[in-house]
Amino acid sequence: MANRINREQVQHVAGLAKLEFTDAELDAFTPQLDDIIGMFETLSEVDTDGVEVTSNVSDQLNVMREDVADNWGQSAALLKNAPDAARGFIKVPAIIDESEDN
Amino acid sequence: MNFETTIGLEVHIELKTHSKIFSPSPVAYGADPNANTNVIDWGYPGVLPTTNKGVVADGIIAALALHATVEKHTHFDRKNYFYPDNPKAYQITQSDKPIGHDGWVEIDVDGVKKKIGIAEMHIEEDAGKNTHERDYSYVDLNRQGTPLIEIVSKPDIASPAEAYAYLEALRQRIQFTGISDVKMEEGSMRVDVNISVRPVGQEKFGTKTELKNLNSFNYVQRGLEYEEQRQQQVLMSGGAVQQETRRFDEKTGETILMRVKAGADDYRYFPEPDLPALNISDDWIKELGDAMPEMPTKRRERYVNDLGLTDYDAMVITQTKEMSDFFDATVALKADPKMAANYLQGDVNAYLNEKQVDLQATKLTPANLAGMINLISDGTISSKMAKKVFKAITDGEEPKAYVEAHGLVQLSDPAKLQPIIDDVLSANPQSIEDFNNGKKRAVGFLVGQIMKQTHGQANPQVVNKLLMAALQQ
Repeated sequence: MANRINREQVQHVAGLAKLEFTDAELDAFTPQLDDIIGMFETLSEVDTDGVEVTSNVSDQLNVMREDVADNWGQSAALLKNAPDAARGFIKVPAIIDESEDN
Repeated sequence: MNFETTIGLEVHIELKTHSKIFSPSPVAYGADPNANTNVIDWGYPGVLPTTNKGVVADGIIAALALHATVEKHTHFDRKNYFYPDNPKAYQITQSDKPIGHDGWVEIDVDGVKKKIGIAEMHIEEDAGKNTHERDYSYVDLNRQGTPLIEIVSKPDIASPAEAYAYLEALRQRIQFTGISDVKMEEGSMRVDVNISVRPVGQEKFGTKTELKNLNSFNYVQRGLEYEEQRQQQVLMSGGAVQQETRRFDEKTGETILMRVKAGADDYRYFPEPDLPALNISDDWIKELGDAMPEMPTKRRERYVNDLGLTDYDAMVITQTKEMSDFFDATVALKADPKMAANYLQGDVNAYLNEKQVDLQATKLTPANLAGMINLISDGTISSKMAKKVFKAITDGEEPKAYVEAHGLVQLSDPAKLQPIIDDVLSANPQSIEDFNNGKKRAVGFLVGQIMKQTHGQANPQVVNKLLMAALQQ
């Protein structure tokens, strides 16, 4: 195994994705992820000298709409689809961490 | 040990567009929870965002107003994190090619001018809003997708007072462009700060902490002052500052540990695949730049150099674009600039504070303020009479018509005043004798009698002149 990723990193990434793995799962996934990264490393063999960085594979550019407001009136239907709602709000289990990131 | 302080500020400004940045839902306040949301705002599977041209334009305007370089090949990036106010589990923002970079604003702290660099500014979407109650939290997605511009300073700010001045300069310039209301109390301007201290001479920056919950410029300064002291004490007692996020407590003026900060890598940024990149043309930049209003610094120069206002007057008048425009329009109608500035800072500001309204929401007009000032300048009314006229123009009345209707015309004609003065003098021989014996107070008494006879309408300057002439005969 080439050790491109270790067990702690797998656990950390799982945490970011809100996943919990057992020890057995971590043992199984770590070499698998290592192989996947190895497969992607094949791409590094391509000579990209002088090739501009690609940020988007679409051939479209400058697709914008005018700043005009249009309320589609979907609020009630969307709230019906929420697991729980109250007074027009989406009701979720209490959030303890008050962090708000932008 | 002597320390130097390094402060960085991240300022979020809510843009005043009609619709959201990636969906056509209205941007409006006070709506019922979730009323201004659609499937895009909720992050439903299969929906696609489209970029609001108005937001890109506002980003360019902000870059120009802050002397930044507009990035001509720009795109959006995806920032991944889970939180209930963030339905897609990612925020569309800009990381790699922000719309503007390398700008600056000039600040003035106690007469010392300094340029504060701006590293970059980017456009992005806001998240929804959570309300926390005991067992549940309640999510309103009306704010989800509201356009923001985030402005990141360079680490040029060396004191809490400079941080305050930087925010004030930033607020003013953005306010003058009209792209945002930039009001902290309404949440259209939000400030995150980070601060570190290091011993003088040390090359490496100290470990920084981040402060949250700073709801006014004052709290920003106080929070930074507290944190500056706290970090110095930690270092002086041989400890190490931890990289962490702290919350400012408005009641105690202290900062309290919130959490140890996550690394930037954890957000796993990558280019947003759902939105095509943007190429911004020179023509568009020029068009937006040409349409931009004159900035506050330029206006202050004009007020001081061309109109003879003091630096202080110019500063107060340029607090908002509305006030400055009002002043310009009043002066354009031939009102004396100094008097116009005095009225705006004095009676007008007092009126706005009393009514708790913005200037543009009142019935005051430049035409009526100029009309009133011109009536004072040409001697038609006294500044005492102007108090009544001012009240009338706050009700939208035309000053000249009001003055005529209420007989508020100052009596300045010597031919009419002379007989009244003569009468008063012959009725008060004692006062004349007092005056001749060097009692200057007698003049005041006589002026008072004349004002009484004319029901307060006599022009005090003319009365004084005529009275002194009569007394010295």
